[in-house]
Order: sequence, then C-alpha cells, then structure tokens
Amino acid sequence: MTQTIIDTANHLAGYAAKAARVKVIAAYPITPQTTVVEKIADFVETGKMDAEYIRVESEHSAMVACISAAAAGVRTFTATSAHGLALMHEALHWASGSRLPIVMAVVNRAMGAPWSIWPDLSDSLSQRDTGWIQFYCADNQEVFDTIIQAYKLCEDERVFLPAMVCLEGFILSHTYAPAKIPDQGAIDSFLPEYRSGWVLDVNHPYSHANLVAPEWYMEFRYMIQEAMENAKRLIPEIDREYGKLSGFEYGGLIEKYKCEDADLIVFTMGTMGSDAKLAVDKLRKEGLKVGSARVRVYRPFPVEEVKKLVEHAKMLTTIDRHISFGMEGFLASEIKASLFNQKDRPLIAGFIAGLGGRDVTSETIEKIVKKSQKCMHIGRVEKETEWIDLRE
Amino acid sequence: MLKEIRIHGRGGQGSVTAAEVLAHAAFIEGKWVQAFPYFGAERRGAPVKAFARISSEPLLVHSQVYSPDYVIVLDPYIYKVVDVTEGLKKDGIIVINSKKKPEEIGLKSWRVATIDATGIALELNLLVAGLPVVNTSILGAFAKATDEVKLASVLKAVKETWSGGAGEKNSRATELAYERLKRWWNGET
Amino acid sequence: MTSPLKTRKEMPITPLSCPTVGSMGKTGFWRIFRPEINYSKCTRCALCWVYCPDAAITRQEDDSPKIDYDYCKGCGICANECPTKAITMQREEE
Repeated sequence: MTQTIIDTANHLAGYAAKAARVKVIAAYPITPQTTVVEKIADFVETGKMDAEYIRVESEHSAMVACISAAAAGVRTFTATSAHGLALMHEALHWASGSRLPIVMAVVNRAMGAPWSIWPDLSDSLSQRDTGWIQFYCADNQEVFDTIIQAYKLCEDERVFLPAMVCLEGFILSHTYAPAKIPDQGAIDSFLPEYRSGWVLDVNHPYSHANLVAPEWYMEFRYMIQEAMENAKRLIPEIDREYGKLSGFEYGGLIEKYKCEDADLIVFTMGTMGSDAKLAVDKLRKEGLKVGSARVRVYRPFPVEEVKKLVEHAKMLTTIDRHISFGMEGFLASEIKASLFNQKDRPLIAGFIAGLGGRDVTSETIEKIVKKSQKCMHIGRVEKETEWIDLRE
Repeated sequence: MLKEIRIHGRGGQGSVTAAEVLAHAAFIEGKWVQAFPYFGAERRGAPVKAFARISSEPLLVHSQVYSPDYVIVLDPYIYKVVDVTEGLKKDGIIVINSKKKPEEIGLKSWRVATIDATGIALELNLLVAGLPVVNTSILGAFAKATDEVKLASVLKAVKETWSGGAGEKNSRATELAYERLKRWWNGET
Repeated sequence: MTSPLKTRKEMPITPLSCPTVGSMGKTGFWRIFRPEINYSKCTRCALCWVYCPDAAITRQEDDSPKIDYDYCKGCGICANECPTKAITMQREEE
C-alpha cells in the first residue's frame, strides 16, 4: 500500500535506503547530512532494517568501507556533504574505477573557507570528473524516488557505476513536506537482488584494481565512458518504469516546463528549477515566451537532449549555484560546449546566484530572465557571466 | 490560496516542531504544506525562527518566507529583541505567548492575540528538561485566532506526534489555549 | 548580530574574528527563569561561579557570587549545583 508521510528530505533518503533493502551503511556525520544517517541508525537499532551500520572515523573511511562492502557483494549506501565529500575525493575515483554500484546522498553545502553550512552546489560539482553519476533533486518526493531509481541504474550490467543523489542542504534536507512511499512489494519487484560485475569470494580469490600498464589503462577508462553513455539512455527508461509504480516521473535527464514554443529557456539545477516554474508562469502572463529546463542529471551530461531542446530557442539563460574560479559556472560551460559545433545556436547568458545559501526566489529568476531578454533584443551577450544580488 | 506563517521562539522551545505540527494539521485537512527552520546553527535559548506554508495548490516555491500572513511568538521577551512584525502583511495576525492582554502588547497596527501558554504548561506540569512546553498550546491559540486550521485537526496532529500520556497532556494544553485565547482586533476585543 | 559593514569594499579578504565581550548581545533577554540568590543561605563556596557556563557569575571581594543579569541566560545550572539550595529559579516577570 502506498503510504503518505510528512517528513524531511533527509529522513526520506533514510526511508529510501530502507526500501532499497541496503545491507551496509558506513557514514560519518556532517551538517546538514546528519539526520539521513541518524534515521538509518534508528531503523537498524529498532530492527526495522536488516543492515550493518558501520560507525567510521571519517568520510574517507566511510567511502573505503562502502567500496569493500560493495566488493564483498552487498548493496551499500552512504551520505555526506561539502568537506566530507571532499575528504572522500580519492576514494570516489577508486569506487568508479572499480565499477561498484554504490549510491550516496550528497546534501549540498558550500565549501569553506569561509566556513558555511548553507547550500550551494560547489561540493558535488567539484567532483564531476570522478566517474560518478550525478542526480540533482528539486523536492522531497524526488529524493526518495531517485535513490531507488539510482540503484536500478547503477546495478544494470551496462552501467556498473556509483551514483550521487544530490539535494540542497536545509532547503530540502530540513524541510518537512508530504511524500508518497510506494508499497514495498512494488519496490522489491522494481529493484531485484543486488548485482555487481564482480564479487570478492574466498572460494575464488583474486584482488581487484591492480596496477595497469599504459598498454591497457586507456581501455578501462573508455569502458567507464561507455557506461556513462549507456546510463544516458537508461535513465529516462528507468524514470518512466518507476513512474508507473509510484505515479511520479521527472522527465528523465532534464525536467522541461513550457519549453516547446519558448524563445528563451532558463536552465537551472536543484530546487531553483522548481521556483523557476513560478517565474515562467508569471512571465508568460506578461507575454514572454519563456520555458524552464531543470538539468536533473549532470553526469552524464545530457548533450543530445540539450541540443534537441534548444532547436527553436533564441536565447538561453543559465543559473549556476556554483562558480569554477577562473572560469564560469559549470552548467553554463557545459551547455556552451554541447552547442558549440551546432550550425544555428542561441545566445547564452550565464548567471551566478545563491552561493553559500543566499536565497533565490522566483522574483530573482524573473529578474535574471528580464536581463537576458535585453541580450535577446540587441542580439548579443555583453557579459558572459553576471553575479546576481552581489553587494557593491 | 497560500498562507505563510513565521514562528519566533528560542532554541530548544520547539519552534520547528510547532511548524511541523501545524503543517501536519493542515495536511490532515487536505492542504499542501511545508515546514522548515530558519536555516542555521542554533543553540538553546537563542532567538530562532521557523516557517510553515499552507496551500491549496502543490507547492513549487522553495525560497524563504518574506511576507507572512501570520506570526506566532513563543515567548513574551522575544518581541523586545526581535522585530516580530517584519514583513507581516497589513491584515496579518500575531499570536503571542504572554500573560498580558493583547491591547497591552503595543503592536497597534496589526491584529494581536495573546495566550498565557507558559501558565498552561505550568498548570498541567507539562515540562521537558525543566522548561515549560508552550508550542502545543500556542497551536490551539493559533487555530482559534486565525481559523486557518480546525482545532480537531491540530489535536489529531498532536496525538500523532506524541503518543500515550504525552499526547494526552499536550492535546489538553492545545484545548485550554483554544478556550482561553484573548483577541484584540483593530481596537475591539 | 548584524555587521556594521555594509559594502564589499569594506570586507577583509577572508573573515577574521576577534574576541569581544558579549558578541551575541545582551543574552539576558534569553531568560525565561531567573536565578535569585538568598545570601543568608549562601556559604560562599563559589561552586556557582565555577559551574556557570557563560561566566555570568562573578566572585566578589568577600567571595560572594554576583549574577550579571545582562548576560545570564537562566540555564539553572547554578541553582542545580548549589549545595545549600541558596539559588532558586523564579519565572521572569514580563
């Protein structure tokens, strides 16, 4: 029976790990992730979840423990934020290189210095090159659903890669809202027994990820790239299939809103994509043909979908909740890269907003769109990147 | 319909729980809801804020609350150090935990209601770690003052949050506050 | 707790903080209950001064404790630790 509960996205991530019948969780607490693992610890202690909770001394150990558990043949889960994710960095490479289907909730939080506990996407976006699939959620329901979908995707033999399910700290993690949890029987039939490409077995001993000479290494890396390409095709299929049992679907790689006849499309990630819909509706009433595209999957980057989506648009606006110092926001760069070789391509104006948890309202998004409208009218973009609501 | 509520309290007083129980009550009545704290590190005793949204449509908004329709103040000293009326809509309602009569509070441009929630807590011996539990009473007062949620929904939400004896005491506090609420609407009591 | 700085030009390149008295403001406003000392029961043992987590109790020349109500948050630890129960917690008047 589908159950409706009201709870925070962090607790829902805990519910998802339980529904996915995860067997090993190794985690270290960090604001604003803590309540994810507290919920799981509670489930394990009270016997509601049949799993082993390993209390490790750091996030680096957490990821290494997950690698070992996944290698030993069980479904694993962990969660972290910001500096905890950064501390795991070398192990993230190891997990994807080992082709292990670990799923991790990343509760997005800004990186220090200066110290911040508030949300922006710098933490997970800084890890975009580690070979992990990355999902970005816009509400509590999506956090639950995406974790289940992620296991299905990662454990597919055409993928066998780990995935991060990202949710903004406080905006989702500590916000209490209703969500529907599908019947456990339905989830069990959607998500069968754990599978991985290889298992450590004392009866057939071998070691993994050994030293590889230049004659072979490139091909191993190419296979990861192939797996990412496969993931790109599988994600929309899995989203649709899951949608049939849960009633919730997210548009696969990109959640599109009123883009079909749009002259101007605003690209966002995370919860901004939800407030963007409010901005779109308001601007449409004022006569502007604008649409919103929320990039739900950042790795693999939905290059083909972006190309198709913007075929008839004159202007693209990207809002990055993140900055790559010395360059621009990642979303802006990658959309530009996706479109560079197209014969006809729209103008692109990049904006930086919401760093360190600075609030981004639908009014802010309307303001950003109106600035891009000016570029559309004069036919060129004068400022590649503009920072919004900055103190003078 | 969208109503936004801001709750002022102190760290440890249950402001976030108040927001959640209020949201829960509205959800029972079929509304879309959100409840969240003012995002930040908090410590026991520090002035804190929590928020709730009640809507007849699915909630797409994720940004902060800037113009609440209602303000709840969990203790009478907070409005001396914090501007509890910031952003409050012109026809907004403020519900304050105070022994004073609403016309004595001094917030003359809005509709004010008071309830001695601390007194109710001490009367019912409703204490946690030595501090009076005022959040459940104030939700009863809120229901009476604003009509935004029914008393029955608040009581159901309270009983679903706390079970057994705690559920009984807390819901009694809610009922007492509903009965004893004092109002001052634009010069009329 | 608002900063006196308003513009970006006034900001240092990274936040630099210095210790200061009462940086959170007069936290006495945070009180719901207020400790009152009955000096006739007080034996000047100074345990309340030792235990106060906010250093809101000072030890006078004659060893008697003095509560600084500007900063006392009413946590009640002093009343709990006092061996002669000379400190009682009273409800703050509005």
